[in-house]
Amino acid sequence: MADTETTVQAQELDGELAATAREELGDERILEMLRTMVLLRRFEHHAGRAYQRRKIQGFCHLYSGQEAVAVGSLSAATMEDYIVSHYREHGHALARGMEPKAVMAELFGKVTGCAGGKGGSMHLYDVERRFMGGWGIVGGQIALGNGMAFAAKYREEEAVCIAYLGDGAVHQGIVHETLNMAQVWGLPLIAIVENNEYAMGTALERVSAVTDLEKKALAYDMAAETVDGQDVFAVYDAVKRARDRAVAGEGPTWMDIHTYRYYGHSMTDPATYRTREEVDEVKDLKDPIVRLSNWMIAEGMATQEEVDAIDDEMEELVKECVAFADESDQPDPSALTADVYVEWNADID
Amino acid sequence: MREIAFRDALNEALAEEMERDPDVFLMGEEVAEYNGAYKVSKGLLDQFGPRRVIDTPIVELGFAGLGVGAALAGLKPVIEMMTFNFAILALDQVVNHAAKARYMSNGQLSCPIVIRGAGGAGGSLAAQHSQSLEAHYAHVPGLKVMMPATPKDAKGMLKTAIRDPDPVIFIESEVLYGYKGEVPEEEYLIPMGKGEIKREGGDCTVITWSRMVHTVMDAAEELKNSDGVDVEVLDLRTLRPLDKDLIRESVKKTNRVVVVEEAWPWASVGASVADFVARDLFDWLDAPVGRVNQRDVPMPYAFNLEPLSLPSVERVAEAVKKACYL
Repeated sequence: MADTETTVQAQELDGELAATAREELGDERILEMLRTMVLLRRFEHHAGRAYQRRKIQGFCHLYSGQEAVAVGSLSAATMEDYIVSHYREHGHALARGMEPKAVMAELFGKVTGCAGGKGGSMHLYDVERRFMGGWGIVGGQIALGNGMAFAAKYREEEAVCIAYLGDGAVHQGIVHETLNMAQVWGLPLIAIVENNEYAMGTALERVSAVTDLEKKALAYDMAAETVDGQDVFAVYDAVKRARDRAVAGEGPTWMDIHTYRYYGHSMTDPATYRTREEVDEVKDLKDPIVRLSNWMIAEGMATQEEVDAIDDEMEELVKECVAFADESDQPDPSALTADVYVEWNADID
Repeated sequence: MREIAFRDALNEALAEEMERDPDVFLMGEEVAEYNGAYKVSKGLLDQFGPRRVIDTPIVELGFAGLGVGAALAGLKPVIEMMTFNFAILALDQVVNHAAKARYMSNGQLSCPIVIRGAGGAGGSLAAQHSQSLEAHYAHVPGLKVMMPATPKDAKGMLKTAIRDPDPVIFIESEVLYGYKGEVPEEEYLIPMGKGEIKREGGDCTVITWSRMVHTVMDAAEELKNSDGVDVEVLDLRTLRPLDKDLIRESVKKTNRVVVVEEAWPWASVGASVADFVARDLFDWLDAPVGRVNQRDVPMPYAFNLEPLSLPSVERVAEAVKKACYL
């Protein structure tokens, strides 16, 4: 059942980028990256199952297949950096180091959740880690990210804002308003398009006059690149360079990171707009976890047994998260009217 | 006491708060080099420089969102909307983001932003530039809404809005920018959520705010002279939260209420105020709650038609007389 055991024919990682990353990060960090990617995969597997048992309700968007984007990009960030994301953000939250139990409990709508059960799957927060939220209006979060980048520059912090958006968000007016201002003012914004080819059920080429999304930055004279989002080191390398530029005052970067989601858009989406063969081909050839673990085994950094052990360990950890979430209490009814305002000198009704 | 114009009172509030708190910055269309479309930000670029007084491209949604994000990161943005007609474009960032951040994050985030600018009719500006849209904001939990009527209130309320830890929508009547009134030299604040009795009277309470305070004051004077009716003029100043105690106090004295607002009648702030009065103070009322509004049509351009649409001294006087069974 472990996804890490599937195939021998997966594409190799970019060897040069991997070697550079190994020098910069060291073997221990890279092992940790693998562990995090496996955690994300197991977490979503169990989130999906809990949804089917109605332990999780509402909208739930799973991240599986895209692990290298979250883990690669956040490996290049510091804890001073602001992170802001969309509603497919379980992976970003976990890769930022948020407590998996608190994330699962939030999905379960429990008081022990990272937003006390008031946010749910789409609205995870950990402001201490500068994880500034999952937001649910397509494209809206990039404007918030621009404001956070503005704040970092205003206060002369050595920090950037990494803002995630999907390929579906690229056409929203807010994205273009934001990119223009970020470039005019040289804000330290790294806009990461997680291009998983489908905006809900709509394939990119059906709705985009330009399918090479890197080109969107041309109109703003902005640094941009296209990145293999199934190669964790390619993502790490691109974001690290963008971050270096941003903190040096050289402005924002736009990234079209090519990735793929294994599940449907949300838990209620049977994904009839794509073929089973298409999904299987990505899983066989481009799975980001298999590609990383294959490389680590080839490099002698880990054995297959060790990789399997990580999978087992994360499976156990996530099961504990599910049990924790299941056993936790729902929020007290008094939470209903709490935190609408910081200060409010009137009754609610 | 010295008299200064409404716009200059706002200008003083901005300058004082920017001086006091380095996290306060002003952003919007034409706020810097042009000195503001209505000159509210006159001289601020010279005083505080381009880092803190920032001209934007014409992207209301974009710079509102930037402001919301900056507020979530701990800054205190003052975002100027040239007029609130254009702020409609920014509603997503205001309603879906600013108003939700604190609640969805279980109190981890605060959004201390002020979104301010001109609202209401300005005189022959036609349908797209003459709207009173405060109900859009007052409807939304998570937002606070302030609308001053005098230079003194404008200054003290804006300073309070800037210091408030929550998102504040601050709407300035376009026709009041040149209006002069007494403003103290020394520093003062007008509290959030507190109205003021602008004129005391025992016969009928007229609840109103912003520009209409002046129309109602004129009507009160006329009613005193023509019919000997003593109108109490209650200026809400803050529309959310509502100063219910002040309303209760006044209505228990007068037993008659008219709600006057510049906005349209249906689903408006005035409708909610009337609803509150009718339910909370039913036993104290001697007459149905009266209402005066802009006519329920888009604003026409023609010079003779616009005054027919807006609440007038005559229509207010008529409503008060009806409430007093005169």
